[in-house]
Amino acid sequence: MEKLGSQTIKFNTPPTILDCASIVGPKEAQGPLAKYFDQTLEDEFWGEKTWEKAESKIVKETVNMVISKSGIASTDIDCVFAGDLLNQCISSSFGLRELNIPFFGVFGACSTFVESMSLGAICVESFASHVLCATSSHFCSAEKQFRFPLELGNQRPPTSQWTVTGSGAAILSKSGEGPYITHITPGKIVDMGIKDVNNMGAAMAPAFADTLISHFQDTGRNPSYYDAIISGDLGYIGKDIVIDIAKSKGYNIKSNYNDCGVMIFDKNEQDTHSGGSGCACCGTVFSGYFFKQLKEKKLKKILLIATGALMNSTSSQQGESIPGIAHAISIEI
Amino acid sequence: MDINWANVFDWMVLLKCFVTGGIICIIGQVLIDKTKLTPAKILVIFVTTGAILGGLGIYQYLVDFAGAGATVPLTGFGYNLAKGAIEGIEQYGLIGAFTGGVKAAAGGIAAAVFFGYLASLISKPKMKKQ
Amino acid sequence: MDPLETKQTYQDYVDKKSPNSPILKNCFNAFWVGGLICTIGQVILNICKERGFDTQLSGTIVSIILIGISAFLTGLNVFNKIGKFAGAGSLIPITGFANSIVSPAMEYKSEGYVMGVGGKMFTVAGPVLVFGISASIIVGMIYLIFHTQSVTLV
Repeated sequence: MEKLGSQTIKFNTPPTILDCASIVGPKEAQGPLAKYFDQTLEDEFWGEKTWEKAESKIVKETVNMVISKSGIASTDIDCVFAGDLLNQCISSSFGLRELNIPFFGVFGACSTFVESMSLGAICVESFASHVLCATSSHFCSAEKQFRFPLELGNQRPPTSQWTVTGSGAAILSKSGEGPYITHITPGKIVDMGIKDVNNMGAAMAPAFADTLISHFQDTGRNPSYYDAIISGDLGYIGKDIVIDIAKSKGYNIKSNYNDCGVMIFDKNEQDTHSGGSGCACCGTVFSGYFFKQLKEKKLKKILLIATGALMNSTSSQQGESIPGIAHAISIEI
Repeated sequence: MDINWANVFDWMVLLKCFVTGGIICIIGQVLIDKTKLTPAKILVIFVTTGAILGGLGIYQYLVDFAGAGATVPLTGFGYNLAKGAIEGIEQYGLIGAFTGGVKAAAGGIAAAVFFGYLASLISKPKMKKQ
Repeated sequence: MDPLETKQTYQDYVDKKSPNSPILKNCFNAFWVGGLICTIGQVILNICKERGFDTQLSGTIVSIILIGISAFLTGLNVFNKIGKFAGAGSLIPITGFANSIVSPAMEYKSEGYVMGVGGKMFTVAGPVLVFGISASIIVGMIYLIFHTQSVTLV
C-alpha cells in the first residue's frame, strides 16, 4: 500500500473482488438492467410489516447470497463494512445483527458502497483475508425519512431523483483472479452552496469532479485509460454538469462516462425524472451489471466513483447547503 | 322536501364557481413551480391570506360571487376562520376571538382528524406504481 | 468557462442546466381539476340550501363531504396519483388539507396508533392550523379595536 500524490492509495497486492450479489425492488425490476440483478422483489414490503424491516431483510438476504455465491465460510470473513441512509444506519445493523462477523457501520450517504469497498480493501491489504462490504436503500423508507408521506398528493420536480430499492454486497479477498481494486481515491467534502434538496445531482457533481481530477493527477492517468468511468447517482442533470466541469478542467470524459442513476431506470417509461439515487443505486448497478461485465472481460478497467449528499432533513430545514462527497476506486482485470 | 334541481344546477353559478376555483388553484400551481416552497408552506400561505382578506372584508365579495369556488380552496378555510372570529367577537367580546374561528371551522377539522384516523386503521401506504 | 469558479457562478450555471417544470401543462391541469372540485362543492352546497340549511351549516357539510371523499381516495392509494397529475388543483382545495392529514396518519401507522398515527397526523397540516387559527385570532382582535365602541371582556 502506498500513497500517490495528494489523496490516492495504490495497492501493491491488489485485493480481488471475489463475488457480488444484488437484490432490487419491483420498480428496478422493470428497468433496463433488470436481467442483471440476482433477485427482484414483487413488492416493496417483501412480507414484512414495515419498509424499514423490509430494507433490513433485503440487506440480510443480499449478504447471505453473496456469502453462498462466493463459497467462503462466513467464519472466514474477517469483518463487514456496511451502511445505509436511515438514521443511525439501522437497516444494516438490524439486517446483519445475526451475522456474527465483526461489523463496522459506515455512513457516506449514497457513496457508502465505494466507501465500504475502500475501507475493506485497506483491511485486506493489511490483515484480513476476506472482507464483506454491503449497502442498501429503500424508496419508501427514504421518502418517509427525508421527504413526504407516500400518499401525499404532491408533484415531484423534474430535477428530483428516485431512491433505488435494493441492496448490493461484495466480498473482497486477498487472493483471487480479479477483478482487482488497484487504487482508491477517497474524496474530500465539497460544498458549492446548492440548497435545493430536489437537485441532489447538482449538489454532488462538484465533489465528483474534485475526486475525479485528483485521481487523474495523483495517478498520472487520463480519462481514456479507463473503459468506463461511472458515477454513483448523479442522475441526468448531475451527469450533464459533470461532463461540463471536467471539460472546463481539461478532461474529456464524454465518451466513456456514465451514471448508475441514469442506467437503472428508463426515464421516459418509468417517470423517474432525473434518474435513480440512494446507496443501492451504485451498489446494485455495480454488483449486478459492472461486476459481471468485468468478469466477462467486456470491460477491463473501470473507475467507480460513488457520490453522496451529506445532509439530513434537519440541516436542510435550517437552511444549510448540501455538502457533497465522492469516493473513487479503480477496478481492473 | 322537494329539491328544485334547476337551482342546484344553475349553470351560471357553477361556471363562476369553476372558473374562480380554477384560477385560485393556478395561483397555487405557479407558486409550486416557480418557487421552492413545500406543499405545507403553500397551504399556510393560502390559509393566512384567506384569513387576512376575510378580516378585511374583501374575501366576502369573492364568496358572494363564486360560492364554493371561493370557500372550498384553503383561502376559504382561512376566510371562514376569520369570519368566525369576528362573529365570535360580536357575540361574546374578546373571548369570541378565541372561540369563534375554530368553532366555524370545527366541522372540517374534526372530519379530517376522524377520517384520517379511520383511513390509517383500514389502509396502508403503497408505492407509487408509475 | 469554469462553472465552479464561485458558489454564485455555480448556482447560476445549475439553474440554467436544470429543467423547469412544465408550468403551462401543470397550470391547465390545476385549473380544471381545482375548478371541478370546487364545482362539486357548489352542487353539494346548492342541494343543502335547497334542503333549507343555512349558509354556514351548508358550507360545513360541503367541507365534511369533500374531506371524507379525499380521505377515502387517500386510503385507496389513489389521491397521490390525482395529486401528481393535478398539483395545486387537488392541493389547494380542502381536499389537499385532508390528504395532508390522512397521508402521514397512514405513513406512521407502523410506529403505533398513539404516537405514530396520533402524533404524526399533523406533521404536514399542523402549520396550516397554527397559522390559520392564529391569523383569525389576530384578525378578530384588530376587528375588536376598530369596530366596537365599548370593549367588553366576556
